[in-house]
Amino acid sequence: MFEYAPAPESRSIVDIKPSYGLFVNGEWVDSEVRDKTVNPANEEVLAEVAWATESEVDGAVRAARAAYENVWSKMPGRERAKYLFRIARIIQERGRELAVLESLDNGKPIRESRDVDVPLVAAHFFYYAGWADKLGYAGFGDDPRPLGVAGQVIPWNFPLLMLAWKIAPALACGNTVVLKPAETTPLTALVFAEICQEAELPPGVVNIVTGAGETGHALVSHPGVDKVAFTGSTEVGRAIARAVAGTRKKLTLELGGKAANIVFEDAPIDQAVEGIVNGIFFNQGHVCCAGSRLLVQESMYDEVLAALKRRMALLRVGDPLDKNTDIGAINSAAQLERIRTLSEIGSEEGASRWSPPCELPDRGFWFAPTIFTGVTQAHRIAREEIFGPVLSVLTFRTPAEAVEKANNTPYGLSAGVWTDKGSRILWMADRLRAGVVWANTFNKFDPTSPFGGYKESGYGREGGRHGLEAYLDV
Amino acid sequence: MTATATSAALADIGRSDATLRAFLHGLPGVDQVGAEQRAAMLATRSIKTTAKAWAIDLAIRMVDLTTLEGADTPGKVRALSAKARRPDPADPSCPAVAALCVYPSMVPVAAPELAGSGVHLASVATAFPSGQAPLDVKLADTKAAVAAGADEIDMVINRGAFLAGRYQEVYDEIVAVKDACGGAHLKVILETGELATYDNVRRASWLAMLAGGDFVKTSTGKVPVAATLPVTLVMLEAVRDFRAASGRQVGVKPAGGIRTTKDAIKYLVVVNETAGEDWLHPDWFRFGASTLLNDLLMQRTKLKTGRYSGPDYFTVD
Repeated sequence: MFEYAPAPESRSIVDIKPSYGLFVNGEWVDSEVRDKTVNPANEEVLAEVAWATESEVDGAVRAARAAYENVWSKMPGRERAKYLFRIARIIQERGRELAVLESLDNGKPIRESRDVDVPLVAAHFFYYAGWADKLGYAGFGDDPRPLGVAGQVIPWNFPLLMLAWKIAPALACGNTVVLKPAETTPLTALVFAEICQEAELPPGVVNIVTGAGETGHALVSHPGVDKVAFTGSTEVGRAIARAVAGTRKKLTLELGGKAANIVFEDAPIDQAVEGIVNGIFFNQGHVCCAGSRLLVQESMYDEVLAALKRRMALLRVGDPLDKNTDIGAINSAAQLERIRTLSEIGSEEGASRWSPPCELPDRGFWFAPTIFTGVTQAHRIAREEIFGPVLSVLTFRTPAEAVEKANNTPYGLSAGVWTDKGSRILWMADRLRAGVVWANTFNKFDPTSPFGGYKESGYGREGGRHGLEAYLDV
Repeated sequence: MTATATSAALADIGRSDATLRAFLHGLPGVDQVGAEQRAAMLATRSIKTTAKAWAIDLAIRMVDLTTLEGADTPGKVRALSAKARRPDPADPSCPAVAALCVYPSMVPVAAPELAGSGVHLASVATAFPSGQAPLDVKLADTKAAVAAGADEIDMVINRGAFLAGRYQEVYDEIVAVKDACGGAHLKVILETGELATYDNVRRASWLAMLAGGDFVKTSTGKVPVAATLPVTLVMLEAVRDFRAASGRQVGVKPAGGIRTTKDAIKYLVVVNETAGEDWLHPDWFRFGASTLLNDLLMQRTKLKTGRYSGPDYFTVD
């Protein structure tokens, strides 16, 4: 037996303060500490954080407004770019620290925070830095104007990456921001605030207010905010849309998903299985575009399922800081509860549940990688977003049926197509109602590529040239 | 397809060009990007302390210590034979390598040196490395090596015929060489650097296995592109699927370009997470290498003593 010895990444590189205030106008502001953020892998308390009140949010919005009026909107694009490039470089320099901190606070494996999250964060800042002085060539007029103050609320699944998706284009276009990280994963956003200081970003251009739903509500409904950007659940997205309705605020929403990963009989099977695994078990399935519905052509069902089970038995679940861990901890007790509940409903509704043998740690929040077979479109686990390492397996007979089933969901964020036939990829991509269609790959992100949803998965695009539109007055 | 094929049906595939073509072209394709991504991900596995010590000893036991030069002499081959038996003279706990791999003309020199040591004697044959010789010459080459004491034969396939789609010709040649081997183990060199695509690598692996090869081997080491991690991954998938279909286990030997312990461990990780632990044995996985061995020995000593000793503390042969 080739037993991999523990290979933990050292956490000595991170220096977590016992408590954090709010980052407003380039300074740390003391605030009443009201919450603890824990390491979901062992429930150890990492730090205490504030929940910003309405008046504290107001202060942050005012700071952002002043920075917008006096400094940032007047600064030439090429000067704004210098700050963004500087931030991108500091992120690279502090990459290991950010990766370790992200894994500690979120529970995701260090392999992913190190090889996916942090490099993409830096890439996003580099990419939008490049746009800052070229906005006149982006197709939105000769001299497109920024919107003003952006109020941004981000989720806990990719804390720093979602921050980058929000802040980089906003700043490149000349807006200032007030950003609220998720209450369970505020730490990398707070280190990002330090990075803004290190980069000597003018005060007030980036403000970070920690807190939960109330803080988020105060931010998005603040009359001084010109633009609201939210990534998170469809339920909260609806509430935000209602709060913003009838105001001048521009809104972009990136919400849930229930993506179909469609495997045709002529697919490259070994790579398709990798794509299925990556599609649903990447980041413990805490991915809005996760391929949580596997649609397999019935003629290949047995082969694909056998290969998938064989591959799942190799997944290494455990300490997120171990460099060989494939699946880390579920982010919170509440999320774990939701995954458990929906999985139990899956069993009750008659689907068969399977997990590879795997030992889960005693402390912390854990859920074994799980697949449900015998799932039909009528099952709740085929319709509702579970947001965990749980895959529903369905079958189809013809390409038309695959499209029909894939589109038969209130969501429309992403889809995957696996086939060796190029013409079929194009045929499918034309018909799938999803913002992203991956062909022979899954969960691939790049700052140059726009990302966003159809239907209840939200509206607006992030990334690429399209991502500029959300932060320009066009 | 593979899961439903029986070994009898598999044996029937080689009866004509048409059946071979239908079968080989019916194998699932390999997505290049995906295969390379998987290999790259496995290469990030961090193998430390006890796992590393275990892997280094296993890797030493899997080395086919190789010398395939025009300048090979009896003296050189004798020196390498001694090295194969006792890689680290300073440490009796260090295991011997799996085999010594030489040209057929050197087999008579190496055979007495290795007799009784448990180290196998492998010989390349069949007009290595190009394979561009008439079949009867290739068979004579093989028989001579076996007669002189080689118990493993590393043959090259006819890449020209394979790339031209004359699968039957390649198949028949492997069958004939296997027959000429008698009791010797047959390793079939695909020369993956010349096959160029992973689809071809998968097809050639199946072809070699269907024809009776005991091992599939990546490369001769004589063309610019030798063993790579993704090529080895694709071959390991093939042997895994072939065993599932036929019940017969076939070994894999990457050769050429693997020079460091770090590289070797990456290969072992790929074996472990692709074909599985059944292949983590010198009977089923080999490294065709010459300089790799000293790096393994150096890292082995480093792990044991906690410090690096210079290259002069390991024999140069």
